[in-house]
Amino acid sequence: MFNLVQVELYKIFKRPRTYIAFGAVAALIGIIQFGLKLDGKSYLDFMLNDLSSSLEIDGKILNGYLVCYVMLQLLLVHVPLLIALIAADMISGEANMGTLRLLLIKPYSRTTLLLAKFIAAIIYTLLLLVWLAILALFGSMLLFGTDDMFLLKTSYVVLLKESDVFWRYIGAFGFAALAMTTVASLGFFLSVFAENSIGPIVATMSVIVFFTILSTLNIPIFNLIKPYLFTTHMIGWKEFFDIKVDASNEAIIGSIQNPQKIIKAALVLFVHTVGFFVATVLVFRKKDILS
Amino acid sequence: MSSVIQVQGLTKKFGHHFTAVNDLSFSVNKGDVYGFLGQNGAGKSTTIRMLLSLIEPTAGEIEIFGLPLSDNRSAIMQKVGAVIEKPAMYEYLTAYQNLKIFSALSGVSKTKTQLLHELDVVGLATRAQDNVGTFSQGMKQRLAIAMAMVNDPELILLDEPTNGLDPQGIADIRNLILNLSREQGKTVLVSSHLLSEIEQVATRLIIIDKGCKLVEGDSKDLFDTSKTVVEINTLDNQQALQQLLQTSWLNQILVDRCNSKQIVMQLDEKLLPSLHKNLVDLGIGVLSVKPMHSLEDYFLQITSTQKYV
Repeated sequence: MFNLVQVELYKIFKRPRTYIAFGAVAALIGIIQFGLKLDGKSYLDFMLNDLSSSLEIDGKILNGYLVCYVMLQLLLVHVPLLIALIAADMISGEANMGTLRLLLIKPYSRTTLLLAKFIAAIIYTLLLLVWLAILALFGSMLLFGTDDMFLLKTSYVVLLKESDVFWRYIGAFGFAALAMTTVASLGFFLSVFAENSIGPIVATMSVIVFFTILSTLNIPIFNLIKPYLFTTHMIGWKEFFDIKVDASNEAIIGSIQNPQKIIKAALVLFVHTVGFFVATVLVFRKKDILS
Repeated sequence: MSSVIQVQGLTKKFGHHFTAVNDLSFSVNKGDVYGFLGQNGAGKSTTIRMLLSLIEPTAGEIEIFGLPLSDNRSAIMQKVGAVIEKPAMYEYLTAYQNLKIFSALSGVSKTKTQLLHELDVVGLATRAQDNVGTFSQGMKQRLAIAMAMVNDPELILLDEPTNGLDPQGIADIRNLILNLSREQGKTVLVSSHLLSEIEQVATRLIIIDKGCKLVEGDSKDLFDTSKTVVEINTLDNQQALQQLLQTSWLNQILVDRCNSKQIVMQLDEKLLPSLHKNLVDLGIGVLSVKPMHSLEDYFLQITSTQKYV
């Protein structure tokens, strides 16, 4: 198995397409950081426009932690496309090249081969998130420094102490990794049905867009299915930045307002990931390889 | 002689209406170069893919090295190498990297020197570090053969290995097949739609058409020019065939065609009057006995692909 995973990773990282995702993430983060560094004040003024008359804030609001949060909000919507580029190509790409039949005549079961490919796709996904974390979190900490983190939510504001932020990012990135793994497993599953990469990549994104719309639509009839859609829970990482308050409305350092929500979201994502992989195995084991 | 491949009643249906392989039975012995002949679409590739468990049979049994394929796939595949239709490889990798990957996947640990030597054997040593995307069809075919041989297999399946090759490339493949069999004692199953190509290398061969077996036997017998091939048409060919199978003419019956429309026999021309008399004696209503000069004439007739041969 280790041997197979090694071969799959070798193939992924020898492929120029792989580095498009890493390049795109670096470029996007670089541009946002550059923009905020040059004109962060305007951004803050716009963001705090409604509050400026009722709230006085001391300290460095535009710090590395806030910049990272802003970027995660933007990027975690688009990263699925970059993940689909590789995950949705894992089987269909091999079918397209004709190499799938060569892999399947080697002395491994189809399930073993799929598992190796799936592990390789997850490793790629995790590496992409590590890359995102290095640039978005550590890069921003370096460029903008650190301070308390001020977040503007829909109906309230959150103020997190500087010492209470970093571990939340570790949790948020860990959660994002699980969400992106679900995306990878969806792309991987759709990859079984096609003999070219474009179809499964487009299909993966279409499913995500479709479910995201269903998740956000405020129509009562859809409320029944919303809790079961993985897209509803993909933004669960934000929960790490909601803090519990005590009776006197003081923030409790080191707390999360609704940890059950995170656990439930993680569970839904995990079940989807396992479900997509099992479905992939079931379909692929019976598939005639005609490519 | 021990049987390396034993196929019994192999059938593959796609959907309800198309039968790609129909009740096919054959055996390949150790050391054979087994020619698998048939026109395009005859069911050769489907059969080879079933032998490699890429396609699941609808019915029938496959045994390789004396083991049922369905239960012993991994053990069998350790001793099998194959080139399936057009050569496939990772075009963004070099020839050396491709060979290294398939060596690792075969569970074989080979040094760089060994892998470069294998590329040298197929004439690609000087292009070892070039991306496969820049290779000609012939070079890709040679690399595909090196990849198939990387685990030193006992059985090699080559599906149309000369497709797209120039005459020199075809000659190289032919020599390679002969070398694998004669010098290295490998068993080779090679498919083609070209009778002339199979004739030059095969020790035994099978001809299939529309998924059915037409002929199977030793090449030297099938290509015996002292014998003639006759096609017999009767009022009821199925019944006539059954009657003939009970007689001493059994060994001369050439074609074992499912849904048989003709009876085809290969025999000494001098025996034709005797055959005719026996058919009448058996009460078989003979409509015609049509002699053809050779197996090649027969193959050309059934496949109607004279232009390719």
